Amino acid sequence: MTQTLTQNQFESAPDLSYKPFHARNIRSRALTFLVAFFAFIAVIPLILVLGYILVQGSSKISLALLTQLPPPPGLEEGGIGNAIIGTLVVTAVAALIAVPVGVGGGVFLAEYSRSGWFAQFIRFGTNVLAGVPSIIAGVFIYGTIVTSRILFGSAYSAVAGGMALAVLMLPTVIKTTDEGLKLVPEDLRRAALGVGASRFVTVLRITLPAALTPIATGVVLGIARAAGETAPLIFTALFSQFWSDVLTPDGIFNSIATLSVLIYNFAIEPYEFHNELAWAASFVLVVLILALNLFSRWLAGVAAK
Amino acid sequence: MSDPDSRYLLRSRTPAEKLVDISFRYIAIAMASVVAIVLFSILLVVFLGSLDSMARYGWQFLVTSDWNPVDDQYGAGAAIYGTLITSLLALIIAVPMGVGAAIFITENIIPRQIRNVIGLMVELLAAIPSVVLGVWAIFVMEPFIRPGLELLYELFYWFPLFSTPPMGPGTIPAVLILVVMILPIITAISRDCLNQVPTELRQAAYGVGTTRWGAIINVILPAAISGIIGGVMLALGRAMGETMAVTMIIGNSNNFNVSLLAPGNTIAAMLANQFGEADGSQVSSLMYAAFVLIVLTLCVNIFARWIVKRLSLKY
Amino acid sequence: MTTLTASQTSENQNAVSALSLQNVTISYGNSEAVKNVYCEIPRGKVTALIGPSGCGKSTVLRSLNRMNDLIDGCSLKGSILFGGIDLYGAKIDPVEVRRRIGMVFQQPNPFPKSIYENIAFGARINGYSGDFDELVERSLRQAAVWDECKDKLNESGYSLSGGQQQRLCIARTIAIQPEIILMDEPCSALDPISTLKIEETMHELKKSFTIVIVTHNMQQAVRVSDMTAFFNAEAVEGGTGKVGYLVEFNDTEKIFNAPQQQATLDYVSGRFG
Repeated sequence: MTQTLTQNQFESAPDLSYKPFHARNIRSRALTFLVAFFAFIAVIPLILVLGYILVQGSSKISLALLTQLPPPPGLEEGGIGNAIIGTLVVTAVAALIAVPVGVGGGVFLAEYSRSGWFAQFIRFGTNVLAGVPSIIAGVFIYGTIVTSRILFGSAYSAVAGGMALAVLMLPTVIKTTDEGLKLVPEDLRRAALGVGASRFVTVLRITLPAALTPIATGVVLGIARAAGETAPLIFTALFSQFWSDVLTPDGIFNSIATLSVLIYNFAIEPYEFHNELAWAASFVLVVLILALNLFSRWLAGVAAK
Repeated sequence: MSDPDSRYLLRSRTPAEKLVDISFRYIAIAMASVVAIVLFSILLVVFLGSLDSMARYGWQFLVTSDWNPVDDQYGAGAAIYGTLITSLLALIIAVPMGVGAAIFITENIIPRQIRNVIGLMVELLAAIPSVVLGVWAIFVMEPFIRPGLELLYELFYWFPLFSTPPMGPGTIPAVLILVVMILPIITAISRDCLNQVPTELRQAAYGVGTTRWGAIINVILPAAISGIIGGVMLALGRAMGETMAVTMIIGNSNNFNVSLLAPGNTIAAMLANQFGEADGSQVSSLMYAAFVLIVLTLCVNIFARWIVKRLSLKY
Repeated sequence: MTTLTASQTSENQNAVSALSLQNVTISYGNSEAVKNVYCEIPRGKVTALIGPSGCGKSTVLRSLNRMNDLIDGCSLKGSILFGGIDLYGAKIDPVEVRRRIGMVFQQPNPFPKSIYENIAFGARINGYSGDFDELVERSLRQAAVWDECKDKLNESGYSLSGGQQQRLCIARTIAIQPEIILMDEPCSALDPISTLKIEETMHELKKSFTIVIVTHNMQQAVRVSDMTAFFNAEAVEGGTGKVGYLVEFNDTEKIFNAPQQQATLDYVSGRFG
C-alpha cells in the first residue's frame, strides 16, 4: 500500500477523473434520479388539477354564469352569482372578527408579555387551535350559535359561517402578528419610549406600522385559506338557492350560498349541468385563492426590499 | 433659560391618555384570551354534547361499527378505523416522496430558478381548496385509476385488503387524494428544515471527501430530522382531520369493511355528511365521534411539537 | 443659574443636583448588578460614567429614566431623587419620567419615518403647542445636523449616514426639551469623525441641558465631561457573577489626574480593564 502510493507519486499523476461506473457514483446517480422523480410527482397533481380546472372551468365562464342564480335540479340554465357574493361576504365577516382579535392577541404576545406564563399558555393554545380540524370549527359554531339561535333568532346564517371561518383564521393572524412584531428591532421601541411615548402610542404609531407588511402577508394568506374552506360552512352558513341581500341584517342573518359549498353540493349531484357549475365554481374559487396567494408573496417581496 | 415646559402641554399625562394606555393593555389581554376561551369552549361543547352517547355506549362506541339511525344504535368503530388507516397509508406514501422532493429542491442538484419554480408550485398546491381536489378526485382521478384498481382486485382478490371489486368511491382513492394534500406540507416543512442545516456542516462533510449522497444521508438528514418528523406529525394531524376531499371520494359507508377497495368512512366525513340532518341521540353520537377526532388530532399535534422541542436540543 | 466650581462642597452640590442617587441597588432577578450607589449628578454639567464592562454603568444610566422597567425581572432598591421626588415612588408614571429625562441610545435608532416626523413625533406626544417647523429647525440646528438635513426633511431618517442618524436622534431628544439627556455610549457605533462632531454637539448642549453619558472611551470622558463617576465590579462572595459598585465620583480632572482610590488610578492609567 505504502509502496503503491510512493510509486504513484513518482511515476504518474494521481487519477482524479470521474469514474461513472464506480459503485458509489452509480448509487449516487440512482438516488438523484429517484428524488427528481419524487419532485416530479409532487408537482404533477398541481399541473393536473390546474389543467383540468382551467380547461373544464374556463370554457364555461360567461357573464350569465357569473351573474345568475343556480338552477333547480334538472334545469340547464343558471349560474353561480349568489355563491360568489356569498363567499366574499362570509370571508369578510370572518376577517372582520379574526383580524382585530388576532392582531390584538399578537400585540399582547409580542409587546406586553414575551415570556410570561400566560403568554406561553396562549402561544401553546394558538398552536393547538391551529391543529383543530376545520370540520370541528363547524361543529362548534353549530353547537353554540346555530342551535341556540343566539344571533337574533337566526339559525343558519352568513354570520355563523363567518364565525366558524374566524376560528380557523385566528391562529394564523395571531402567529403572523406575533412573529412580525418580534422582527421589529428593540431599538425602535426604546426610541419611542425614550421620547416619552406610552405603550399604546409606541405600538400604534411605531411598531405596528413597522411590522405592517409581514402581518398583512399573513392575513392575506389566512383569508385565502378561509375563502376555500368548506367543512365549517356546511352546517353553519348552509346554502341558498337565492340572492342574499347582504347589505341588510336579513341577508347576513340567513343561510347563504358560498362557492365552496356549491362545489360540494353540485359535484355529488347526478345532473350534468350542476356538475359543470361545480367546475366553473372551482375555477372561480381557485383563481381567487391563487391570486390572493400570489398577492401575499408580492407583499412579502416588497417587505424584503 | 426660559421655562420650556409651558409649551409642552402634555408633559403631565392627562387621565384620559393614561386610561387609553391602560385599557389598550387590557384589550390586548382580552383578545389573547379569546384563543383560550375558544379552545376550551370547543372542547366543552363537544364533550357536553357527547355525554349522552358516552353514558349509553361507553367504550363500546369506539370498537363497534353498527351505525344505524333507524334503530338508534351507534358505534363509530368503522369511522375511527377509516380515519386511522387512510391517514397512516397516506403518510407512508407521502413521507418518502415529500422528503425526497425536498432534498431535490434544496441540495443544489438543479439550477436555482427551476428549484424556486418547483417550490412555488408545491406551495400553491397546498393552497388549492380541498373541495376542489374532491371534485377533481371524483371526475378525473378515480376514473383514471379504476383500471388499476380492477387489476389489483383480479390479481389479489384472495388477500383481505383487496377482497372486494372496486366500485368507484373507496378507501384507496381517498388515500391517494390525501397524499396529494399532505405532500406539499411535508415537502415544504422538510425543505425549510434542510435549508436550516448550517452551511459549515455541509462543508465539513464534503471536506472529508463524501459524495453528495454520502453527505445527505450521513450528515444533512440527521441534522434536520427533528424538524422533518415534526412536520410529518403535523401532516398526520391534518390528514386525520381532512374532511371535504375525503368525504367526496371515500363512499361514506357506515359498515366496516377490511377491503381497501370498498367504500369506507372517516370521522370527519361522517360529521360532514350527517351533522346537518341529525337530531336526538344521533347528534350526541356524532359529538362523541367529533370528540374522538379532537383527542386524536390534539395528541398528534402536541406530540409533534414535543418531538421538535425534544430532538432539536441535540443538534 | 449659579455656576459650579470644582471646589464646592457636597452640600452645595446637593442643592443644585439634577439627580440624586441614594443607596441604589439594581438587580436582575436574584442577582445584583450594581449595589449601594450614592451619587449627586449636578445640574447643567456633563457627567460621565466610566468603568470596565460589567460594572453596571449602563444599568445605572437606564435606571435614571426608568428604561429598566422594560427588562423582565429588573428591580431597584433605594431611591433616585429628581427635584426632590423619588422616580421610583409608587405614584410615579414612568412615561412622564421619560418625557422629562430623554435618552440617546448606543445604536442610532431613528423611526422609520421622515426626518421631519422623527423630530415632530416626540414633541406631538408631549403636547407641543408651538410652531413645528420652527421646532424641527431649532432642534436640528442644536444637534448640528441641520445643514445635512434641511433639503430632505421629507426623506426617511434612514437615508442619513450613521453619524447623522445619531445626531438626528439627539435632535429628536432635544425637541421634547427634557431637563436631562442620558446618553448610552452614543458614539460606540460611529467612526472617529462622526464621534468628534457628536462631542462638539455635546459641548453646545450642556449650555441648556444636564447630560449624563456612559462611555467606554476614557479619552472621550476627558474631552466632554465635567464630572466623572468610576464604577468597578467585584466578584460576589459565594456567587458566580460580579456586582458593580461606585468607586469614586469627582471632577473629571481629579479622577484622571489625582484619583483618591488605587482602583481608579489603575483603571485610568490603563493598568486593567
